[in-house]
Amino acid sequence: MTELLTPFATWRGRIAALVLVLLGLLPLYAPWLDAAGIISQKFALTLMTRVLILAIAAISLNLILGYGGIVSFGHAVYIGLGGYAVGIMAHHGVTNGFLQFPVAIGLSALFALAIGALSLRTRGVYFIMITLAFAQLVYYVGVGLEPYGGDDGLTINRRSDFAGLLPTRGPDKTTAFYVVSFVVLLLVLGLVHRLVNSRFGMALRGAKSNEQRMQALGMPTFRYRLTAFVIAGAICGLAGALLANHTEFISPAMMHWTRSGDLIVMVVLGGMGSLLGPVYGAVAFLLLEEFLPGLLKVVLTWLHDGVAAVLGPGAGALESWLRLAEYWQIALGAILILVVLYARGGIDSLFGRPRHG
Amino acid sequence: MTLLIEQTLNGIQLGLLMFLLAAGLTLVFGIMDLVNLAHGSLYMFGAYFCASFTAWTDSFVLGALLALPAALLLGVVVEIVVVRKLYRRDHLDHVLATFGLILIANDLVRAVWGPDGRRIPLPAWLNQPIYLTPDLPYPTYRFAVIVVGAAVALFLYWLVTRTRTGMWIRAGASNRTMIGALGINVEALFTLVFGLGAVLAALAGLMAGPIVTVSIGMGDNILILAFVIIVIGGIGSIKGAFIAAMIVGMIDTLGRALLPDLLKSFLSVTAANTAAPALSSMAIYLLMAGVLVWRPTGLFGARG
Amino acid sequence: MKSRLFASAALLGVLSAPAWGQQSIKIGFVSTYSGPQASIGQDMRRSVELAVEHLGGKMAGKPIEVIYEDDQFKPEVGKQKSEKLVQQDKVHFVGGYIWSNVLLASLKTVTDDGDTILISSNAGPSQIAGELCNPNYFSTSWQNDQTPSAMGQFVQDKGIKKVYLISANYAAGKDMLAGFKRYFKGEIVGEDLTKWPDQLDFSAEMSKMRAAKPDAVFTFFPGAHGVQFLSQYAQTGLKGTIPLYTAFVIDALSLPQLKDLALGVPGAQSWVNDLPNEQNKKFVADFKKKHGVYPSFYGAQSYDTIMLIASAVEAVKGDLSNKDKVRAEVKKANFKSLRGDFKFNNNQFPIQNFYIQDTVKDAEGNFTLKTVGVAMKDAKDAYGDKCKMK
Repeated sequence: MTELLTPFATWRGRIAALVLVLLGLLPLYAPWLDAAGIISQKFALTLMTRVLILAIAAISLNLILGYGGIVSFGHAVYIGLGGYAVGIMAHHGVTNGFLQFPVAIGLSALFALAIGALSLRTRGVYFIMITLAFAQLVYYVGVGLEPYGGDDGLTINRRSDFAGLLPTRGPDKTTAFYVVSFVVLLLVLGLVHRLVNSRFGMALRGAKSNEQRMQALGMPTFRYRLTAFVIAGAICGLAGALLANHTEFISPAMMHWTRSGDLIVMVVLGGMGSLLGPVYGAVAFLLLEEFLPGLLKVVLTWLHDGVAAVLGPGAGALESWLRLAEYWQIALGAILILVVLYARGGIDSLFGRPRHG
Repeated sequence: MTLLIEQTLNGIQLGLLMFLLAAGLTLVFGIMDLVNLAHGSLYMFGAYFCASFTAWTDSFVLGALLALPAALLLGVVVEIVVVRKLYRRDHLDHVLATFGLILIANDLVRAVWGPDGRRIPLPAWLNQPIYLTPDLPYPTYRFAVIVVGAAVALFLYWLVTRTRTGMWIRAGASNRTMIGALGINVEALFTLVFGLGAVLAALAGLMAGPIVTVSIGMGDNILILAFVIIVIGGIGSIKGAFIAAMIVGMIDTLGRALLPDLLKSFLSVTAANTAAPALSSMAIYLLMAGVLVWRPTGLFGARG
Repeated sequence: MKSRLFASAALLGVLSAPAWGQQSIKIGFVSTYSGPQASIGQDMRRSVELAVEHLGGKMAGKPIEVIYEDDQFKPEVGKQKSEKLVQQDKVHFVGGYIWSNVLLASLKTVTDDGDTILISSNAGPSQIAGELCNPNYFSTSWQNDQTPSAMGQFVQDKGIKKVYLISANYAAGKDMLAGFKRYFKGEIVGEDLTKWPDQLDFSAEMSKMRAAKPDAVFTFFPGAHGVQFLSQYAQTGLKGTIPLYTAFVIDALSLPQLKDLALGVPGAQSWVNDLPNEQNKKFVADFKKKHGVYPSFYGAQSYDTIMLIASAVEAVKGDLSNKDKVRAEVKKANFKSLRGDFKFNNNQFPIQNFYIQDTVKDAEGNFTLKTVGVAMKDAKDAYGDKCKMK
C-alpha cells in the first residue's frame, strides 16, 4: 500500500496522478465542457479515445525503445495487424470480441517473434531499416488485399461484441468505449511498470547501456530483448484492435511508415524510458496536431491587433495574417527540432528528475 | 523482344535516378554517421529550383545548371544552422530532427511556390523519341537521364578512388577518428560532403522533374526507397549503392511490366492489378530483409 | 478571475469557429488543401466562396458559415475531419469530397452516426449509388461510371475496334473502367491499374501499350497525375501515333500546365465552361475576374452544392430542425444549376447530359475547353435499380 503512495511524494508523481485522474474522469466533466461551449461532449470523447489508444501503442514502443534501446521503425505494423484481424473477422461476420481480440494480440505477438528473431541480430541503423522493411512488407500485403479494399480500406459495420456487455451502437457507445480504452490503458501501464521493475526489466535496461557486461554476467540478453520485443508487439496489436473498433474503418494507412514515425515522436516528446512519458507524448502530439492551427490563429490575431495598435491600417487585413496559420506544420517541425536539440528528456523531464534510469 | 529491351532500359533509367539520390545519402551517412531524412526535401528543392530557373531562363539546361549551385548553397546553410548540431547525437535524434526539417520544407515550398505542382517543360529536342532501332523508339529525355546518371556514377567512382578528397571520404567511412588525426579540417569536410550530397539529391530531383512533375512531398516516398538501397548496398559504399539501385530499379520496373500479366492468368484483372504493384514493392523489402539477415551490414558495408 | 476569463476566451477561439451566434447556417466542406492535389481543393474553395458571395453571404436571412477541412488526400484523415465537423462544429450540411475512397471512409460518420446531410461535390462511388444509397446522401456531380460511359459511347460511335485501358487503382479508377466497358463493345487489348497515388512514372505501362498496338487508349488520372501521364505520353512518342481519349485528365486546372499537349485529346464532362445558361456565364466571368483563371468542373460542382443547399434552406425558411422536410426540399433540386436543368434520380444522383470537350485557345491566347458535342442526354447512372429508395 505504501508503495502505491510513494509516487505522490514528488511533483513528478503528483502530476502523473493528476493527468491520469483528468483522463479518467473526462466522461464526467465532458458535459460541463460542452455546456461551457469549449468542446462538444461527443467530439471530446472521440478525440480523447484516439489519444488513449495511441498512448497504449506508444507505451508499448517505449518498453523496447525507452527501456531496451531498441529503435523499431516499424512499430505501427502491429496496429495494422491488430486492426486487420478485427476488420477481416468482422467482414466475415465474426464479431465476437472474445475471439477477435485474442486473435489480434496473438497474431501481433507471433509476428513480433518472427521478425524479432531475425532482426535483433543486426545493430544500429541496420536494425531501424530491417524493422521498417518488415513493416513495409505487411503494409503492401494490406495494399494488395483486394477483397478487403486494398488501398481504399474497409469499413467495419459492427464493432466487437463482448456478449452484450458493451453497447456497440447508439448514443452510449462513445462513452462506454472511452471508459474501456482508459481501463485498458491503466492495465497496460500497470503491466509495464511491473515488467521494468522486475529482474527482467533490470536486465533489459542493463543490456541497453552495456550489453557486453550483461552477457559477461551470464545474462541471455538476446532472449530478454526478444521477449520485450514480443510483449511490445502484443500490446501494440491490442491497441490496433481497439483503434479499428474506434474508427470502424481499417486501411493500410494504419501501418504506414509515417505512423511508426509518429509513435517514435510521441515517445521522445513525452520522455523516453519514463512510465508516463508516452502518455504525455500522445496527448501533446495529437492535441497539437488538432489544435495548433487554431492556436496559431489566436496568436496571429493578437499579433495583428498589436501591430494594428501601433501602425493603424498599415498592419493590413487580419484575413491575410490568418492565412499564415495554414502553414502550421512549420511550427510543428520547429517544435520537434527544438525538443530534440534542447529538451532531450521530453515533457516528463520538465516535472523533475526521474528516480532512476 | 523489343519490349523486353525497352523495359530493361526503363529499369536502368529508374535505377540510375535512384542511384543519384542514394549516393548523396550514403556519403553523408557513411562519413558523418548522420541519418538525414531531409535528403528527400533537398531532392524536392532541386526540382523546384529547376522549375523556377527554367521558367526564368526559358531553357531547361540553363535552369538545371543554375539549380545545382542553388542547392549547394541551401545544403550548406542547412548544415550550418541545424545539421551541425546533430553530429554528436544518436541516430534517433537525427531521425526526429530531420523529420522536423521535412515538415518545415514541405510547408515552406507551399508558401513560396503555392500548392500547385509545376511541370518542367522540355526543349523540343528532348521531348520526342529517338529510334534506337527502326522499331524501337525510346524517349530522348529518358535516354539523357541514363547518360547523365552513368556519367555521374563514373565521376563519383573516380572521386572516391582516385583523389585525395576521396581518400578522406573513404577514411571517414571506415574510421572517423582517423581523419581528425590526419590533421584534416573535419568541420569543413563535413560541410563539403553535405553540400555534395545536396547537389546529388537536387540533380536527381531536377532530372525526375520533367518525368513526374514537381510537387510538394515528392521526395518523401522515394526517400524510403533510397534508404533501402543504401542499406542493401552497405552504408557508405558508393559501389554498393550503385548495384543496389540497379537491382531495385529492375525489380520495380519488371515487376510492373510482367507481373500483372502473369497474375492475370489465374486472378481477375482487378485483383491482379492490385496485387502486382504490391508484390513488386514487397519484393524490394523482402530483398532488403534477406540481405540483412544474411549480411547484417549490407552487401558492401564497411561497419555496423 | 480576469485571467481565467482571458484563458477561456482564448480556448473558445481555438476550439470553436468564429462566434456568429446560433443563427448561422453551418456548412462543412471537406477537400484536399495540402499536398500535390491541393490545386483541386483551392479551386473548389474559391467556387464555394464565390457562391457565398453571390448569395450575399446569407441563406434565408441567416449568415452562412463555411468550415473548410483538409482531408490531406487520405481516407482516415478525411474521416476524422468529417467526425469533427459533425460532432464538434455541429454543421447542418457537409459538402466537398474529391476522392471516392475518402468519401467511402467518411460516409457512415456523417450520414448515419451524425444524421447530417452530405452533398458530394465530386466523388461518386458505385456502392453509394447502389446498395449503400442513403436518404442523407446527395450528389451534385455524377456517379463515377457515367463520364467514362459517355466516352465509351463516343469511342464506340467513332468505330474504334481495339482499345487499351489505363487507370488509377482506387475506388474511382475501377469504376471508371467499368463505365467505359459498359458502352464500348470492341476489343480490350490491355488493361492496367497503376498504384495510387504513389506511381507517377508510367514508362513500363507505356512500353506495354506500344507493344499491344491498340487503335486508341482510354485513360483516367485526375489532377497532377493526369499532367504526368500526358507529358510522358508525348515524350514516348505515343501522342502522334495512338489517339488518346480521357476522363478527368484535361480540365481548367491541368490545362495551364499541359498547354499544347492537350490539343487534340478529347474528354467527357457533365459541365464545360462554355455552357450557354445565364448563371454559368456569370459564374465563369466572375471567377475569371477574381482569380485570373478559368474555374474547373470541380469548382462548378462545388458552386452547385452551395446553391442546392441555399434552395433548400430558403424553402424551409431557415428552420433546419425538421430534417425530413430539409431532405425533401434538397431532393426537389429547385435551384439554378450551372448545368441548366437539374433533377435527381431515385438514388439522389443527378440526371444530366454528358458532353464531349476539346481544347482550344481563347481570345487572350489562353488554353481553355469548348463543348463539341453531346455524348449522352439526360443520362441516369446504372446503379439506381440497386438502390431501395424511391
